[in-house]
Amino acid sequence: MAMNKNVYLDNSATTPVAPEVLEAMIPFFQSRYGNASSLHSEGRDARRAVEESRALIAEHLKVHPSEIVFTSGATEADNLALLGTALRSTGGHLITSRIEHDAVRHSADWLASRGYDVTLLEVDEFGRVSADDVREAIRPDTMLVSVMAGNNEVGTIQPIRAIGEICRERSVPFHTDAVQAYGKIELPMDVIDMLSVSAHKLHGPKGVGFLYVRKGTKLTPLLHGGGHEHGRRSGTENVPGIVGLGVATQIAFEERDRVTQRMEGFREYLIQEVLKLPATRLNGHPTESLPHIANFSFEAIEGESLIMKLDEHHIATSTGSACSSPNLEPSHVLVALGVPLSMAHGSLRVSTGRQTMQDDIDALLKALPIVVQELRDMSPFKVGG
Amino acid sequence: MYTEKVIDHFREPHNRGKMENYSAVGKVGNIVCGDVMWLYIKVDKNDAGQDIITDISWETFGCTAAIATSSMVSDIGKGKTIEEAIAVTNQDVASELGGLPPIKMHCSALAADALNEAIYAYLIQEKRSIPEALQKRHDHIAKEMAQLEERYAAFTEKGNSKPRGCE
Ligand SMILES: Cc1ncc(COP(=O)(O)O)c(C=O)c1O
Ligand code: FES
Repeated sequence: MAMNKNVYLDNSATTPVAPEVLEAMIPFFQSRYGNASSLHSEGRDARRAVEESRALIAEHLKVHPSEIVFTSGATEADNLALLGTALRSTGGHLITSRIEHDAVRHSADWLASRGYDVTLLEVDEFGRVSADDVREAIRPDTMLVSVMAGNNEVGTIQPIRAIGEICRERSVPFHTDAVQAYGKIELPMDVIDMLSVSAHKLHGPKGVGFLYVRKGTKLTPLLHGGGHEHGRRSGTENVPGIVGLGVATQIAFEERDRVTQRMEGFREYLIQEVLKLPATRLNGHPTESLPHIANFSFEAIEGESLIMKLDEHHIATSTGSACSSPNLEPSHVLVALGVPLSMAHGSLRVSTGRQTMQDDIDALLKALPIVVQELRDMSPFKVGG
Repeated sequence: MYTEKVIDHFREPHNRGKMENYSAVGKVGNIVCGDVMWLYIKVDKNDAGQDIITDISWETFGCTAAIATSSMVSDIGKGKTIEEAIAVTNQDVASELGGLPPIKMHCSALAADALNEAIYAYLIQEKRSIPEALQKRHDHIAKEMAQLEERYAAFTEKGNSKPRGCE
């Protein structure tokens, strides 16, 4: 265990900022520090940088720049989509799924506690929502459908084109949390009305993101103040962050084919090798998945211990284990997939990034059988095989 | 979030594994987090004729804190008389570890309960009288265990021992 290099395989949690991104950001902390709302040349310089970044993002998404609303990240973007839609009236019906990120899930819970009706769509054993269920759930008072593009824990891709088309037919706005999918898979922007993105999952900085809002989509702002972002989100623009997000977007889209192909290779190899260990399962969809996420369960092992053991080997991963969550409940995603409780406790999420190398995967595959055996030896439960 | 002491015990836990020729075993679990601890004791008489716990070992399915508290309670309990060991609380276990995050205090409760249950099993087996507090604690723990055994039936020896593998 003399290995000192850190192996970082938790890129769904966050990613290292790409050198190009950091380089582009630095001037906006120091020499180009203007407030984008100021009239003087410093201000105009900052405004230009913000608008260039907006245009760059819009170009990659093939949307209009005025449809991009910068936020403090995807949590805010998700809140703006859900609450900004709901708070236009005092009641109404929201449709979302059981496997959403907490930013959507808890926004929906909050709305439910305020008297809104919320339908939670079930998922199949792979974590997929059925578009037919969306069709059936839509009511005359449905104000929004929100289904994520790709799941952050198990990687499963949702049929968002089909869902978006149904929403379009029924004239219901459709929001998708695309935090994990952005820059990784094709997004059907023609049927999406709102889309949340976060920079730090994409080798950009933390604390910045955006909500794409299709022209004509009605939202009430959540942050009131100086009327920034065309009154949709007040607050002095995070100029360095926005610049970083633009560059991160550009890199992600330009390198997409090459990087995601490599990620897919890692994922397939990981699945093949990890499932050779006894009493192990893959959570999520074998093929309909984001390229960078693979989630496994190990019988008779608890996830937090597994993560801590891998950390001893200088390998960073994560778990949806109950014991690592603030309420001790097992991951709502794994429970929604119907993963048996005995297995839901021992999950391991491996997520790769642009910087991931074969060496990293090999290091994990070398350490994993050792720590799995070590923990199984400690466990009162014996797995056969 | 964990103290160095917790991490040390997690990395190199003391007294882990099943015991040969144990006197009694205590099996406990927490229904919320799903963690399970089995604790084995060996009891002998000392020169004064008192029952002494001469050895402790354990098998644990659980979080970092569950493994560290298993290790710690085995250190604490060894060499104690039955009466002394009954008095060991989860606070004792947690404070010996330099404290635990609030949400992880129940992991130390698991450890103290496991020791209690092993003692309870021993006293029953030896047909001794059971102190009232111990009985009460046992009744409470037993209820939770029944639910957990159902959950883990597939991989306890009682149940089907074949793994389900990848479904
Ligand atoms: C799917 C998904 N949505 C939303 C978020 C929240 O993003 P942020 O960290 O920018 O608030 C995350 C990341 O934590 C995520 O994975
Ligand atoms: S989280 Fe339950 S025993 Fe540690």
